[in-house]
Amino acid sequence: MASGARHGVSGVPDARRAVEATWRIDSARIVGALARYTGDLALAEDVASEALAEALVAWPRDGRPRDPTAWLLATARRRAIDAFRRRAGRDDRYAALGRDLAEGQTHAGAAPSDTGETDLLWDPDRIEDDRLALIFTACHPVLSKEARVALTLRVVAGLSSDEIARAFLVPRATVQARITRAKKTLGAARVPFEVPTAADRPERLGSVLNVLYVIFTEGATASSGSDWMRTDLASEAIRLARVLRRLAPREPEVAGLLALLELTAARFPARTGPDGEPVLLADQDRRRWDTGAIRRGRAALARAVGAGRGLGPYGLQAAIAEQHAVARSVQDTDWERIVVLYEALGQVAPSPVVELNRAVAVSMAAGPAAALEIVDDLVAREVLGGTYLLPSVRGELLSRLGRRDEARAELELAARLCGNERERGVLAAKAAALR
Amino acid sequence: MGKYMLIMRASDEGRAAYEEMDFTEVIAAMGRYNEQMMDAGVLTAGEGLADAAEGAVVDFSTDTPVVTDGPYGETKELFNGFWILDVASQAEAIEWAKRAPLSGPGTKLEVRRVHGEEDFPADNEWIQKEKQWRQELGTE
Repeated sequence: MASGARHGVSGVPDARRAVEATWRIDSARIVGALARYTGDLALAEDVASEALAEALVAWPRDGRPRDPTAWLLATARRRAIDAFRRRAGRDDRYAALGRDLAEGQTHAGAAPSDTGETDLLWDPDRIEDDRLALIFTACHPVLSKEARVALTLRVVAGLSSDEIARAFLVPRATVQARITRAKKTLGAARVPFEVPTAADRPERLGSVLNVLYVIFTEGATASSGSDWMRTDLASEAIRLARVLRRLAPREPEVAGLLALLELTAARFPARTGPDGEPVLLADQDRRRWDTGAIRRGRAALARAVGAGRGLGPYGLQAAIAEQHAVARSVQDTDWERIVVLYEALGQVAPSPVVELNRAVAVSMAAGPAAALEIVDDLVAREVLGGTYLLPSVRGELLSRLGRRDEARAELELAARLCGNERERGVLAAKAAALR
Repeated sequence: MGKYMLIMRASDEGRAAYEEMDFTEVIAAMGRYNEQMMDAGVLTAGEGLADAAEGAVVDFSTDTPVVTDGPYGETKELFNGFWILDVASQAEAIEWAKRAPLSGPGTKLEVRRVHGEEDFPADNEWIQKEKQWRQELGTE
Protein backbone atom coordinates (compact mmCIF):
# COMPACT_ATOMS: atom_id res chain seq x y z
CA MET A 1 0.00 0.00 0.00
CA ALA A 2 1.32 3.46 -0.88
CA SER A 3 2.33 5.46 2.17
CA GLY A 4 1.08 8.81 0.96
CA ALA A 5 2.83 10.60 3.82
CA ARG A 6 3.27 13.67 1.66
CA HIS A 7 -0.35 14.53 2.04
CA GLY A 8 -0.10 14.04 5.75
CA VAL A 9 2.74 16.47 6.34
CA SER A 10 2.24 19.06 3.62
CA GLY A 11 0.37 21.32 6.04
CA VAL A 12 -1.85 21.17 9.04
CA PRO A 13 -5.15 21.71 7.23
CA ASP A 14 -4.24 19.01 4.68
CA ALA A 15 -3.27 16.59 7.40
CA ARG A 16 -6.43 17.38 9.29
CA ARG A 17 -8.52 16.72 6.20
CA ALA A 18 -6.70 13.43 5.67
CA VAL A 19 -7.45 12.32 9.23
CA GLU A 20 -11.09 13.28 8.81
CA ALA A 21 -11.29 11.43 5.48
CA THR A 22 -9.88 8.28 7.09
CA TRP A 23 -12.43 8.71 9.82
CA ARG A 24 -15.29 8.97 7.33
CA ILE A 25 -14.18 5.71 5.74
CA ASP A 26 -13.32 3.68 8.83
CA SER A 27 -15.21 5.00 11.83
CA ALA A 28 -18.23 2.72 11.49
CA ARG A 29 -16.04 -0.37 11.42
CA ILE A 30 -13.94 0.91 14.32
CA VAL A 31 -16.89 1.87 16.51
CA GLY A 32 -18.70 -1.33 15.49
CA ALA A 33 -15.77 -3.59 16.40
CA LEU A 34 -15.25 -1.82 19.73
CA ALA A 35 -18.94 -1.87 20.56
CA ARG A 36 -19.14 -5.57 19.86
CA TYR A 37 -16.14 -6.25 22.03
CA THR A 38 -17.16 -4.03 24.93
CA GLY A 39 -20.89 -4.51 24.52
CA ASP A 40 -21.18 -0.79 25.11
CA LEU A 41 -21.84 1.53 22.18
CA ALA A 42 -21.52 4.65 24.33
CA LEU A 43 -18.06 3.65 25.53
CA ALA A 44 -17.05 2.58 22.02
CA GLU A 45 -18.08 5.95 20.61
CA ASP A 46 -16.29 7.82 23.39
CA VAL A 47 -12.98 6.00 22.99
CA ALA A 48 -13.17 6.11 19.20
CA SER A 49 -13.66 9.88 19.38
CA GLU A 50 -10.66 10.12 21.70
CA ALA A 51 -8.61 8.16 19.17
CA LEU A 52 -9.71 10.57 16.44
CA ALA A 53 -8.69 13.54 18.59
CA GLU A 54 -5.32 11.88 19.19
CA ALA A 55 -4.86 11.26 15.46
CA LEU A 56 -5.56 14.92 14.73
CA VAL A 57 -2.57 15.80 16.93
CA ALA A 58 -0.26 12.89 16.16
CA TRP A 59 -0.54 12.48 12.38
CA PRO A 60 0.31 16.06 11.42
CA ARG A 61 3.25 15.87 13.86
CA ASP A 62 4.60 12.36 13.14
CA GLY A 63 3.27 11.67 9.66
CA ARG A 64 0.44 9.44 8.61
CA PRO A 65 0.79 5.90 9.96
CA ARG A 66 1.33 3.09 7.49
CA ASP A 67 -2.07 1.60 8.32
CA PRO A 68 -4.29 4.42 9.58
CA THR A 69 -7.25 2.18 10.31
CA ALA A 70 -5.19 -0.11 12.52
CA TRP A 71 -3.67 2.91 14.26
CA LEU A 72 -7.10 4.32 15.11
CA LEU A 73 -8.40 0.97 16.29
CA ALA A 74 -5.33 0.27 18.42
CA THR A 75 -5.45 3.72 19.98
CA ALA A 76 -9.16 3.43 20.70
CA ARG A 77 -8.58 0.05 22.26
CA ARG A 78 -5.94 1.43 24.62
CA ARG A 79 -8.40 4.12 25.65
CA ALA A 80 -11.00 1.44 26.27
CA ILE A 81 -8.58 -0.48 28.49
CA ASP A 82 -7.94 2.70 30.47
CA ALA A 83 -11.66 3.25 30.85
CA PHE A 84 -12.24 -0.32 32.00
CA ARG A 85 -9.44 -0.07 34.54
CA ARG A 86 -10.92 3.13 35.91
CA ARG A 87 -14.25 1.36 36.35
CA ALA A 88 -12.76 -1.91 37.60
CA GLY A 89 -12.94 -0.76 41.22
CA ARG A 90 -16.69 -0.48 40.91
CA ASP A 91 -17.47 -3.53 38.83
CA ASP A 92 -15.54 -6.81 38.36
CA ARG A 93 -16.99 -7.24 34.90
CA TYR A 94 -14.94 -4.25 33.71
CA ALA A 95 -11.78 -5.62 35.31
CA ALA A 96 -12.15 -8.84 33.31
CA LEU A 97 -12.85 -6.98 30.07
CA GLY A 98 -9.86 -4.73 30.66
CA ARG A 99 -7.64 -7.76 31.23
CA ASP A 100 -8.87 -9.47 28.06
CA LEU A 101 -8.25 -6.40 25.98
CA ALA A 102 -4.82 -5.82 27.48
CA GLU A 103 -3.81 -9.45 26.91
CA GLY A 104 -4.44 -9.08 23.21
CA GLN A 105 -2.17 -6.09 23.31
CA THR A 106 0.77 -7.87 24.98
CA HIS A 107 0.52 -10.73 22.50
CA ALA A 108 1.20 -8.49 19.60
CA GLY A 109 3.35 -5.72 20.99
CA ALA A 110 2.40 -2.16 21.79
CA ALA A 111 3.39 -0.20 18.72
CA PRO A 112 0.20 1.52 17.62
CA SER A 113 0.89 1.02 13.93
CA ASP A 114 1.25 -2.73 14.33
CA THR A 115 -1.75 -4.35 12.68
CA GLY A 116 -1.26 -7.49 14.75
CA GLU A 117 -2.33 -5.64 17.84
CA THR A 118 -5.83 -5.21 16.57
CA ASP A 119 -6.43 -8.81 15.55
CA LEU A 120 -8.42 -9.48 18.69
CA LEU A 121 -11.00 -6.94 17.64
CA TRP A 122 -10.57 -6.99 13.90
CA ASP A 123 -12.38 -10.15 13.03
CA PRO A 124 -13.07 -10.03 9.29
CA ASP A 125 -16.01 -12.39 9.69
CA ARG A 126 -17.62 -10.06 12.16
CA ILE A 127 -17.11 -6.68 10.50
CA GLU A 128 -20.34 -6.82 8.51
CA ASP A 129 -22.36 -7.92 11.53
CA ASP A 130 -20.70 -5.23 13.62
CA ARG A 131 -21.67 -2.53 11.14
CA LEU A 132 -25.19 -3.86 10.86
CA ALA A 133 -25.53 -4.01 14.65
CA LEU A 134 -24.24 -0.44 14.76
CA ILE A 135 -26.95 0.76 12.38
CA PHE A 136 -29.70 -1.12 14.23
CA THR A 137 -28.53 0.18 17.61
CA ALA A 138 -28.22 3.79 16.45
CA CYS A 139 -31.78 3.55 15.10
CA HIS A 140 -33.19 1.77 18.15
CA PRO A 141 -36.88 2.54 18.80
CA VAL A 142 -36.10 3.41 22.42
CA LEU A 143 -34.52 6.63 21.10
CA SER A 144 -36.34 9.74 19.94
CA LYS A 145 -36.36 10.39 16.22
CA GLU A 146 -33.90 13.31 16.54
CA ALA A 147 -31.58 11.12 18.62
CA ARG A 148 -31.68 8.30 16.06
CA VAL A 149 -30.85 10.69 13.24
CA ALA A 150 -27.99 12.37 15.12
CA LEU A 151 -26.51 9.10 16.38
CA THR A 152 -26.72 7.48 12.94
CA LEU A 153 -24.97 10.39 11.27
CA ARG A 154 -22.33 10.37 14.00
CA VAL A 155 -21.49 6.70 14.42
CA VAL A 156 -22.54 5.19 11.09
CA ALA A 157 -21.78 8.01 8.64
CA GLY A 158 -18.82 9.37 10.63
CA LEU A 159 -19.94 13.02 10.60
CA SER A 160 -18.71 15.42 13.28
CA SER A 161 -21.07 17.28 15.62
CA ASP A 162 -20.21 20.44 13.68
CA GLU A 163 -21.26 18.90 10.39
CA ILE A 164 -24.49 17.54 11.83
CA ALA A 165 -25.24 20.92 13.43
CA ARG A 166 -24.68 22.77 10.15
CA ALA A 167 -26.87 20.29 8.32
CA PHE A 168 -29.80 20.66 10.70
CA LEU A 169 -29.33 24.38 11.37
CA VAL A 170 -29.04 23.84 15.11
CA PRO A 171 -26.22 24.79 17.49
CA ARG A 172 -23.37 22.33 17.91
CA ALA A 173 -24.18 22.03 21.61
CA THR A 174 -27.67 20.80 20.73
CA VAL A 175 -26.26 18.00 18.60
CA GLN A 176 -23.77 17.03 21.28
CA ALA A 177 -26.51 16.99 23.91
CA ARG A 178 -28.70 14.82 21.66
CA ILE A 179 -25.90 12.32 21.16
CA THR A 180 -24.96 12.24 24.84
CA ARG A 181 -28.60 11.74 25.81
CA ALA A 182 -29.02 9.05 23.17
CA LYS A 183 -26.04 7.11 24.51
CA LYS A 184 -27.39 7.40 28.06
CA THR A 185 -30.81 6.20 26.94
CA LEU A 186 -29.31 3.14 25.24
CA GLY A 187 -27.33 2.37 28.41
CA ALA A 188 -30.27 2.87 30.75
CA ALA A 189 -32.51 0.66 28.60
CA ARG A 190 -29.72 -1.95 28.51
CA VAL A 191 -30.02 -2.19 24.74
CA PRO A 192 -27.71 -5.02 23.67
CA PHE A 193 -25.29 -4.38 20.81
CA GLU A 194 -26.49 -6.95 18.30
CA VAL A 195 -28.34 -7.55 15.06
CA PRO A 196 -31.98 -8.04 16.08
CA THR A 197 -33.46 -11.53 16.08
CA ALA A 198 -35.75 -12.60 13.25
CA ALA A 199 -38.86 -11.85 15.33
CA ASP A 200 -37.82 -8.25 16.01
CA ARG A 201 -36.21 -7.67 12.69
CA PRO A 202 -39.12 -6.29 10.63
CA GLU A 203 -39.94 -3.60 13.19
CA ARG A 204 -36.30 -2.73 13.82
CA LEU A 205 -35.53 -2.59 10.10
CA GLY A 206 -38.54 -0.32 9.68
CA SER A 207 -37.00 2.08 12.15
CA VAL A 208 -33.65 2.04 10.31
CA LEU A 209 -35.30 2.70 6.95
CA ASN A 210 -37.35 5.50 8.48
CA VAL A 211 -34.22 7.18 9.86
CA LEU A 212 -32.52 7.09 6.45
CA TYR A 213 -35.68 8.43 4.83
CA VAL A 214 -35.90 11.26 7.36
CA ILE A 215 -32.25 12.20 6.74
CA PHE A 216 -32.91 12.20 2.99
CA THR A 217 -36.05 14.35 3.14
CA GLU A 218 -34.32 16.77 5.49
CA GLY A 219 -31.76 17.30 2.75
CA ALA A 220 -34.21 17.05 -0.12
CA THR A 221 -36.45 19.83 1.16
CA ALA A 222 -33.53 22.21 1.45
CA SER A 223 -32.93 24.44 -1.53
CA SER A 224 -29.52 25.00 -3.07
CA GLY A 225 -27.10 27.87 -2.51
CA SER A 226 -26.19 28.60 1.09
CA ASP A 227 -27.91 25.39 2.13
CA TRP A 228 -25.23 23.25 0.49
CA MET A 229 -24.57 21.31 3.67
CA ARG A 230 -28.25 20.47 3.95
CA THR A 231 -28.54 19.16 0.40
CA ASP A 232 -25.51 17.00 1.17
CA LEU A 233 -27.68 15.24 3.72
CA ALA A 234 -29.64 13.68 0.87
CA SER A 235 -26.38 12.31 -0.58
CA GLU A 236 -25.44 11.07 2.87
CA ALA A 237 -28.74 9.19 3.15
CA ILE A 238 -28.17 7.60 -0.26
CA ARG A 239 -24.70 6.54 0.77
CA LEU A 240 -26.07 5.00 3.98
CA ALA A 241 -28.77 3.23 2.00
CA ARG A 242 -26.10 1.79 -0.33
CA VAL A 243 -24.16 0.57 2.70
CA LEU A 244 -27.28 -1.00 4.18
CA ARG A 245 -28.14 -2.64 0.87
CA ARG A 246 -24.73 -4.33 0.91
CA LEU A 247 -25.18 -5.42 4.53
CA ALA A 248 -28.75 -6.66 4.13
CA PRO A 249 -28.95 -7.81 0.51
CA ARG A 250 -31.97 -10.02 1.04
CA GLU A 251 -34.27 -7.29 2.37
CA PRO A 252 -36.39 -6.03 -0.54
CA GLU A 253 -37.43 -2.88 1.32
CA VAL A 254 -33.79 -1.86 1.73
CA ALA A 255 -33.39 -2.07 -2.05
CA GLY A 256 -36.77 -0.34 -2.37
CA LEU A 257 -35.67 2.57 -0.20
CA LEU A 258 -32.36 2.90 -2.06
CA ALA A 259 -34.29 2.92 -5.34
CA LEU A 260 -36.68 5.58 -4.06
CA LEU A 261 -33.83 7.82 -2.89
CA GLU A 262 -31.80 7.45 -6.11
CA LEU A 263 -34.84 8.07 -8.31
CA THR A 264 -35.93 11.07 -6.26
CA ALA A 265 -32.44 12.56 -6.18
CA ALA A 266 -32.23 12.07 -9.95
CA ARG A 267 -34.70 14.95 -10.30
CA PHE A 268 -32.77 17.37 -8.08
CA PRO A 269 -30.91 19.14 -10.93
CA ALA A 270 -34.29 20.12 -12.45
CA ARG A 271 -36.32 20.92 -9.39
CA THR A 272 -35.32 24.56 -9.00
CA GLY A 273 -35.41 27.36 -11.55
CA PRO A 274 -32.73 29.98 -12.22
CA ASP A 275 -33.83 32.05 -9.21
CA GLY A 276 -34.12 29.09 -6.87
CA GLU A 277 -37.88 28.87 -7.25
CA PRO A 278 -39.36 25.36 -7.04
CA VAL A 279 -40.24 23.75 -10.38
CA LEU A 280 -43.07 21.22 -10.26
CA LEU A 281 -42.62 17.75 -11.72
CA ALA A 282 -44.88 18.58 -14.68
CA ASP A 283 -42.76 21.61 -15.62
CA GLN A 284 -39.29 20.14 -15.06
CA ASP A 285 -36.81 19.95 -17.90
CA ARG A 286 -36.38 16.19 -17.89
CA ARG A 287 -33.14 16.41 -19.82
CA ARG A 288 -31.58 17.72 -16.63
CA TRP A 289 -32.45 14.63 -14.63
CA ASP A 290 -29.43 12.60 -13.49
CA THR A 291 -29.51 9.55 -15.73
CA GLY A 292 -26.84 7.76 -13.70
CA ALA A 293 -28.99 8.03 -10.60
CA ILE A 294 -32.00 6.80 -12.58
CA ARG A 295 -30.01 3.80 -13.78
CA ARG A 296 -28.88 2.95 -10.24
CA GLY A 297 -32.37 3.48 -8.86
CA ARG A 298 -33.93 1.21 -11.46
CA ALA A 299 -31.31 -1.46 -10.80
CA ALA A 300 -32.09 -1.35 -7.08
CA LEU A 301 -35.81 -1.50 -7.77
CA ALA A 302 -35.33 -4.52 -10.03
CA ARG A 303 -33.62 -6.20 -7.07
CA ALA A 304 -36.54 -5.40 -4.79
CA VAL A 305 -39.01 -6.74 -7.34
CA GLY A 306 -36.82 -9.79 -7.95
CA ALA A 307 -37.02 -10.80 -4.30
CA GLY A 308 -40.50 -12.00 -5.19
CA ARG A 309 -42.10 -11.04 -1.89
CA GLY A 310 -44.08 -8.11 -3.22
CA LEU A 311 -43.04 -4.50 -2.81
CA GLY A 312 -43.34 -2.66 0.49
CA PRO A 313 -44.17 1.04 0.90
CA TYR A 314 -40.68 2.24 -0.15
CA GLY A 315 -40.51 -0.14 -3.09
CA LEU A 316 -43.93 0.96 -4.30
CA GLN A 317 -43.01 4.64 -4.04
CA ALA A 318 -39.84 3.82 -5.96
CA ALA A 319 -41.92 2.07 -8.63
CA ILE A 320 -44.05 5.23 -8.96
CA ALA A 321 -40.91 7.38 -9.18
CA GLU A 322 -39.61 4.99 -11.86
CA GLN A 323 -42.69 5.55 -13.99
CA HIS A 324 -41.95 9.29 -13.96
CA ALA A 325 -38.24 8.68 -14.54
CA VAL A 326 -38.79 6.70 -17.73
CA ALA A 327 -41.47 9.00 -19.21
CA ARG A 328 -40.40 11.65 -21.68
CA SER A 329 -43.19 13.99 -20.58
CA VAL A 330 -46.29 14.22 -18.40
CA GLN A 331 -48.45 13.18 -21.37
CA ASP A 332 -46.14 10.28 -22.12
CA THR A 333 -46.43 8.95 -18.53
CA ASP A 334 -48.14 5.61 -17.88
CA TRP A 335 -50.73 7.06 -15.48
CA GLU A 336 -52.77 3.86 -15.43
CA ARG A 337 -49.76 2.00 -14.09
CA ILE A 338 -49.24 4.74 -11.49
CA VAL A 339 -52.89 4.43 -10.39
CA VAL A 340 -52.37 0.69 -9.86
CA LEU A 341 -49.21 1.37 -7.87
CA TYR A 342 -50.98 3.95 -5.70
CA GLU A 343 -53.77 1.44 -5.09
CA ALA A 344 -51.18 -1.07 -3.92
CA LEU A 345 -49.50 1.59 -1.76
CA GLY A 346 -52.89 2.43 -0.25
CA GLN A 347 -53.23 -1.24 0.69
CA VAL A 348 -49.87 -1.64 2.44
CA ALA A 349 -49.57 1.87 3.85
CA PRO A 350 -53.01 3.51 3.86
CA SER A 351 -52.96 7.27 4.33
CA PRO A 352 -55.04 10.22 3.15
CA VAL A 353 -51.99 11.67 1.37
CA VAL A 354 -51.62 8.45 -0.65
CA GLU A 355 -55.36 8.65 -1.50
CA LEU A 356 -54.95 12.22 -2.66
CA ASN A 357 -51.98 11.29 -4.84
CA ARG A 358 -54.00 8.41 -6.23
CA ALA A 359 -56.74 10.90 -7.09
CA VAL A 360 -54.24 13.03 -9.03
CA ALA A 361 -53.05 9.94 -10.93
CA VAL A 362 -56.66 8.95 -11.63
CA SER A 363 -57.37 12.42 -12.99
CA MET A 364 -54.50 11.94 -15.45
CA ALA A 365 -55.50 8.39 -16.38
CA ALA A 366 -59.31 8.60 -16.40
CA GLY A 367 -60.20 12.27 -16.18
CA PRO A 368 -61.22 14.72 -13.45
CA ALA A 369 -64.68 13.31 -12.72
CA ALA A 370 -63.39 9.95 -11.47
CA ALA A 371 -60.73 11.71 -9.43
CA LEU A 372 -63.24 14.09 -7.86
CA GLU A 373 -65.11 11.12 -6.39
CA ILE A 374 -62.00 10.08 -4.47
CA VAL A 375 -61.34 13.64 -3.33
CA ASP A 376 -64.95 14.18 -2.25
CA ASP A 377 -64.71 10.97 -0.25
CA LEU A 378 -61.66 12.40 1.55
CA VAL A 379 -63.62 15.60 2.21
CA ALA A 380 -66.58 13.60 3.56
CA ARG A 381 -64.28 11.63 5.87
CA GLU A 382 -62.88 14.93 7.17
CA VAL A 383 -59.28 13.77 6.82
CA LEU A 384 -56.51 16.09 5.62
CA GLY A 385 -58.41 19.02 7.14
CA GLY A 386 -56.40 22.18 7.61
CA THR A 387 -53.87 21.46 4.86
CA TYR A 388 -53.90 23.28 1.54
CA LEU A 389 -53.32 20.06 -0.41
CA LEU A 390 -56.92 18.86 -0.46
CA PRO A 391 -58.54 22.15 -1.60
CA SER A 392 -55.77 22.76 -4.13
CA VAL A 393 -56.30 19.38 -5.81
CA ARG A 394 -60.10 19.71 -5.55
CA GLY A 395 -59.89 23.21 -7.04
CA GLU A 396 -57.84 21.92 -9.98
CA LEU A 397 -60.29 19.12 -10.67
CA LEU A 398 -63.32 21.42 -10.47
CA SER A 399 -61.57 23.84 -12.78
CA ARG A 400 -60.99 21.10 -15.34
CA LEU A 401 -64.67 20.15 -15.04
CA GLY A 402 -65.64 23.75 -15.82
CA ARG A 403 -67.15 24.39 -12.38
CA ARG A 404 -65.36 27.72 -12.13
CA ASP A 405 -67.01 29.30 -9.08
CA GLU A 406 -66.50 26.23 -6.91
CA ALA A 407 -62.96 25.87 -8.24
CA ARG A 408 -62.15 29.47 -7.37
CA ALA A 409 -63.47 29.08 -3.84
CA GLU A 410 -61.34 25.95 -3.31
CA LEU A 411 -58.19 27.53 -4.70
CA GLU A 412 -58.71 30.64 -2.57
CA LEU A 413 -59.08 28.40 0.47
CA ALA A 414 -55.90 26.51 -0.53
CA ALA A 415 -54.01 29.81 -0.86
CA ARG A 416 -55.12 30.85 2.64
CA LEU A 417 -53.96 27.55 4.12
CA CYS A 418 -50.65 27.32 2.27
CA GLY A 419 -47.57 28.09 4.37
CA ASN A 420 -45.13 28.50 1.51
CA GLU A 421 -45.13 32.00 0.06
CA ARG A 422 -44.19 31.03 -3.49
CA GLU A 423 -46.78 28.28 -3.71
CA ARG A 424 -49.38 30.58 -2.16
CA GLY A 425 -48.74 33.03 -4.96
CA VAL A 426 -49.27 30.33 -7.58
CA LEU A 427 -52.56 29.22 -6.00
CA ALA A 428 -53.84 32.80 -5.69
CA ALA A 429 -53.00 33.44 -9.33
CA LYS A 430 -54.90 30.32 -10.41
CA ALA A 431 -57.91 31.42 -8.35
CA ALA A 432 -57.77 34.93 -9.82
CA ALA A 433 -57.69 33.48 -13.35
CA LEU A 434 -61.10 31.92 -12.70
CA ARG A 435 -62.85 35.23 -12.01
CA MET B 1 -20.41 15.41 -1.90
CA GLY B 2 -18.85 15.13 -5.30
CA LYS B 3 -17.62 12.78 -7.98
CA TYR B 4 -13.93 12.08 -8.38
CA MET B 5 -12.05 10.02 -10.91
CA LEU B 6 -9.05 8.00 -9.84
CA ILE B 7 -6.90 7.63 -12.93
CA MET B 8 -4.46 4.75 -12.93
CA ARG B 9 -1.13 5.53 -14.53
CA ALA B 10 1.98 3.40 -14.89
CA SER B 11 5.42 3.68 -16.45
CA ASP B 12 6.96 0.95 -18.60
CA GLU B 13 8.77 -0.51 -15.59
CA GLY B 14 5.62 -0.41 -13.50
CA ARG B 15 3.70 -2.07 -16.28
CA ALA B 16 6.38 -4.75 -16.66
CA ALA B 17 6.42 -5.40 -12.90
CA TYR B 18 2.65 -5.64 -12.96
CA GLU B 19 2.78 -8.25 -15.68
CA GLU B 20 5.17 -10.33 -13.55
CA MET B 21 2.53 -10.56 -10.83
CA ASP B 22 0.19 -13.51 -10.42
CA PHE B 23 -2.92 -12.56 -12.36
CA THR B 24 -5.23 -14.38 -9.92
CA GLU B 25 -3.74 -12.44 -7.02
CA VAL B 26 -4.08 -9.16 -8.87
CA ILE B 27 -7.74 -9.87 -9.57
CA ALA B 28 -8.32 -10.84 -5.94
CA ALA B 29 -6.60 -7.70 -4.60
CA MET B 30 -8.52 -5.45 -6.98
CA GLY B 31 -11.70 -7.32 -6.17
CA ARG B 32 -11.24 -6.74 -2.44
CA TYR B 33 -10.50 -3.06 -3.05
CA ASN B 34 -13.59 -2.64 -5.22
CA GLU B 35 -15.67 -4.52 -2.67
CA GLN B 36 -14.57 -2.14 0.10
CA MET B 37 -15.70 0.78 -2.01
CA MET B 38 -19.00 -0.93 -2.83
CA ASP B 39 -19.56 -1.66 0.86
CA ALA B 40 -18.90 1.99 1.65
CA GLY B 41 -21.39 3.09 -1.00
CA VAL B 42 -18.85 5.20 -2.89
CA LEU B 43 -18.05 3.29 -6.09
CA THR B 44 -20.15 4.33 -9.10
CA ALA B 45 -18.04 3.25 -12.09
CA GLY B 46 -14.71 1.86 -13.12
CA GLU B 47 -12.96 0.34 -16.12
CA GLY B 48 -9.56 -1.03 -16.96
CA LEU B 49 -7.98 -0.41 -20.35
CA ALA B 50 -6.36 -2.98 -22.60
CA ASP B 51 -2.67 -2.71 -23.46
CA ALA B 52 -1.80 0.69 -24.94
CA ALA B 53 0.26 -1.09 -27.62
CA GLU B 54 -3.05 -2.24 -29.15
CA GLY B 55 -4.23 1.33 -29.33
CA ALA B 56 -3.73 4.20 -31.72
CA VAL B 57 -3.13 7.92 -31.34
CA VAL B 58 -4.67 10.65 -33.46
CA ASP B 59 -2.36 13.68 -33.32
CA PHE B 60 -3.77 17.16 -34.07
CA SER B 61 -0.47 19.02 -34.02
CA THR B 62 -0.51 19.50 -37.78
CA ASP B 63 -3.23 20.78 -40.12
CA THR B 64 -4.49 17.28 -40.84
CA PRO B 65 -4.63 14.74 -38.01
CA VAL B 66 -1.85 12.17 -38.04
CA VAL B 67 -2.61 8.65 -36.87
CA THR B 68 0.07 6.48 -35.27
CA ASP B 69 -0.33 2.97 -33.92
CA GLY B 70 0.59 2.09 -30.37
CA PRO B 71 0.67 4.04 -27.15
CA TYR B 72 0.60 7.78 -26.60
CA GLY B 73 3.96 9.56 -26.28
CA GLU B 74 6.84 8.12 -24.37
CA THR B 75 4.74 5.54 -22.49
CA LYS B 76 6.11 6.99 -19.25
CA GLU B 77 2.70 7.60 -17.79
CA LEU B 78 0.20 5.42 -19.54
CA PHE B 79 -3.44 5.76 -18.63
CA ASN B 80 -4.53 2.24 -17.73
CA GLY B 81 -7.90 2.51 -16.07
CA PHE B 82 -10.13 4.50 -13.78
CA TRP B 83 -12.64 4.49 -10.96
CA ILE B 84 -15.35 7.07 -10.38
CA LEU B 85 -16.20 7.63 -6.72
CA ASP B 86 -19.09 9.46 -5.12
CA VAL B 87 -17.47 10.82 -1.94
CA ALA B 88 -17.77 13.58 0.63
CA SER B 89 -14.59 15.44 -0.29
CA GLN B 90 -11.40 15.43 -2.32
CA ALA B 91 -9.61 14.32 0.85
CA GLU B 92 -11.80 11.23 0.97
CA ALA B 93 -11.10 10.47 -2.69
CA ILE B 94 -7.37 10.76 -1.95
CA GLU B 95 -7.75 8.48 1.07
CA TRP B 96 -9.42 5.84 -1.11
CA ALA B 97 -6.68 6.26 -3.71
CA LYS B 98 -4.06 5.57 -1.05
CA ARG B 99 -5.74 2.26 -0.34
CA ALA B 100 -5.55 0.97 -3.92
CA PRO B 101 -3.62 -2.30 -4.18
CA LEU B 102 -0.97 -0.79 -6.44
CA SER B 103 2.78 -0.75 -6.17
CA GLY B 104 5.85 -0.41 -8.29
CA PRO B 105 8.03 2.27 -9.84
CA GLY B 106 6.12 4.91 -11.74
CA THR B 107 2.75 3.57 -10.68
CA LYS B 108 0.45 6.46 -9.84
CA LEU B 109 -3.14 7.37 -9.24
CA GLU B 110 -4.25 10.80 -10.32
CA VAL B 111 -7.29 12.17 -8.43
CA ARG B 112 -9.50 14.49 -10.45
CA ARG B 113 -12.87 16.02 -9.74
CA VAL B 114 -15.54 15.14 -12.31
CA HIS B 115 -17.36 18.20 -13.58
CA GLY B 116 -20.88 18.56 -12.29
CA GLU B 117 -23.75 20.34 -13.95
CA GLU B 118 -23.03 23.37 -11.72
CA ASP B 119 -19.76 23.94 -13.62
CA PHE B 120 -21.55 24.75 -16.88
CA PRO B 121 -24.08 27.38 -17.94
CA ALA B 122 -27.39 25.53 -17.66
CA ASP B 123 -28.98 27.46 -20.52
CA ASN B 124 -26.30 26.61 -23.08
CA GLU B 125 -27.93 24.58 -25.87
CA TRP B 126 -24.98 22.23 -26.22
CA ILE B 127 -24.92 21.51 -22.51
CA GLN B 128 -28.60 20.69 -22.76
CA LYS B 129 -28.04 18.48 -25.78
CA GLU B 130 -25.28 16.69 -23.95
CA LYS B 131 -27.73 15.88 -21.17
CA GLN B 132 -29.99 14.31 -23.76
CA TRP B 133 -27.16 12.23 -25.19
CA ARG B 134 -26.28 10.96 -21.76
CA GLN B 135 -29.88 9.87 -21.41
CA GLU B 136 -29.69 7.99 -24.70
CA LEU B 137 -26.40 6.42 -23.76
CA GLY B 138 -27.53 5.55 -20.28
CA THR B 139 -24.31 7.01 -18.91
CA GLU B 140 -23.58 9.86 -16.59
